Amino acid sequence: MQKTDVVIVGGGLVGLSIAYGLAMLGRQVSVLDEGDDALRAARGNFGLLWVQGKGYGMSPYAQWTRESVALWPRFAAALQADTGIDLHLRQPGGFQLCLSDKEMAEESRRLLWLREAMDGDYPFELLDAAQLRTRLPGLGPTVLGGCYSPMDGHVNPLKLLRSLYAACRMRGVTIINGQRVSAIGQRASGFELLTGQQRWFAGQVVLAAGLGNRELGAQLGMDVPVSPNRGQILVTERLKPFLHYPTTYVRQTDEGTVQLGDSHESTGFDDGTSSEVMSTIARRAVQCFPQLGNVRLVRAWGALRVMSADGFPIYEASQACPGAFVVSCHSGVTLAAIHALRLAPWIGGEFDEPAVAPFSLQRFSLKREVRHAG
Amino acid sequence: MPADSLFRALVPAQKNLQIEFEGASLSVPAGVSLASALLLSGITHTRESAVSGRPGAPYCMMGVCFECLVEVDGQANCQACLLPVRAGMRVRRQRGAREFLAGDHVEAGADE
Repeated sequence: MQKTDVVIVGGGLVGLSIAYGLAMLGRQVSVLDEGDDALRAARGNFGLLWVQGKGYGMSPYAQWTRESVALWPRFAAALQADTGIDLHLRQPGGFQLCLSDKEMAEESRRLLWLREAMDGDYPFELLDAAQLRTRLPGLGPTVLGGCYSPMDGHVNPLKLLRSLYAACRMRGVTIINGQRVSAIGQRASGFELLTGQQRWFAGQVVLAAGLGNRELGAQLGMDVPVSPNRGQILVTERLKPFLHYPTTYVRQTDEGTVQLGDSHESTGFDDGTSSEVMSTIARRAVQCFPQLGNVRLVRAWGALRVMSADGFPIYEASQACPGAFVVSCHSGVTLAAIHALRLAPWIGGEFDEPAVAPFSLQRFSLKREVRHAG
Repeated sequence: MPADSLFRALVPAQKNLQIEFEGASLSVPAGVSLASALLLSGITHTRESAVSGRPGAPYCMMGVCFECLVEVDGQANCQACLLPVRAGMRVRRQRGAREFLAGDHVEAGADE
């Protein structure tokens, strides 16, 4: 039996951000990570720190996202101070490129709603094709317009995961790989977890296991409505820098490769690729930047992202099992800073955090009740 | 250099052909990959990393590691281990990332 203050189930970006935050508060933390055969949502991420359009229909999420990107420089600096790893954080703003009038109208509608919901404090610009072309050289003639927001940015997500591992270990976090948690139970003064032949005991347990949260949450009496959403990503050969802003379809990384993506499919637990979706992604990227048509693709892969029933994060402090927390979200990179610097202190009981209240599981049961009543 | 002694053809070449590497003419066996042809010629510096500038040479020989990137007939970022060697190939080291948008005139002669 191994004892610790907090056990975090899941060693991805979400789990390690929280582990890092708790370690900075002096907590003794163990992270149980499943292993490289796990589904690993991080494989599907695009490295965006994305704000524009998020929280449509739920302004607290827009606010939370903005606060996270505001914390990002401090978070990246802390990681760099601890590990020496430069995450290549850049926050020059980002572009959503629109290839049809319908898309432009839809994006505008969402951004205008958000600006209204945020009392006017929500900077963005709607740009026509000519305006866009002055800012993004090489843009194709079929890009009809786009939205720019200075709130957006990007980071190297591989270096982020690596630096979180290094920083957590440096601060005394125990990260154990190859530990699939098979059972969790509440005991008199904490939680007992079983992984294969090993038993773990902790005063607090944080479920940050991505799609695994559904099954693990159920063991603690919580209904965690998350399901897989497949994204496919293509990556090109290394090119001299040509795209100095992140866009939702095309992003050039700090090391020269270009990521192409932004597909959304419901394929159950199949994390493979399909030629139909890959060709759609490639076609759209070439529409955005026609010269990409002459560029080699070096890899393509699929990954399963974590989607909650309404698309917004879940932060739950269990009422029935005090000390148990559920953290599920789609945007593990964007929210990494606030997960480390605000969510972890909330989990650690350092202070009350009213900003997390809208993200509790309660919203799903409330919705069901309303539906029944109607 | 270690590669001079370690990388050897298992059988003598039936036929040789001429290619060019960094402007110098090389006589290499026909029927092998470009990466093998370069290694058999004792060339152990075929690229400079786009990330760090570190010199590199063919390593995995099966299309995975991207250490063997070269420029072939003006086409950047070719994986030499996946290309059969052809008479008259003009090969240069891949130095850093491929030019893109600005001064992107690389298409002439690219046919593989």
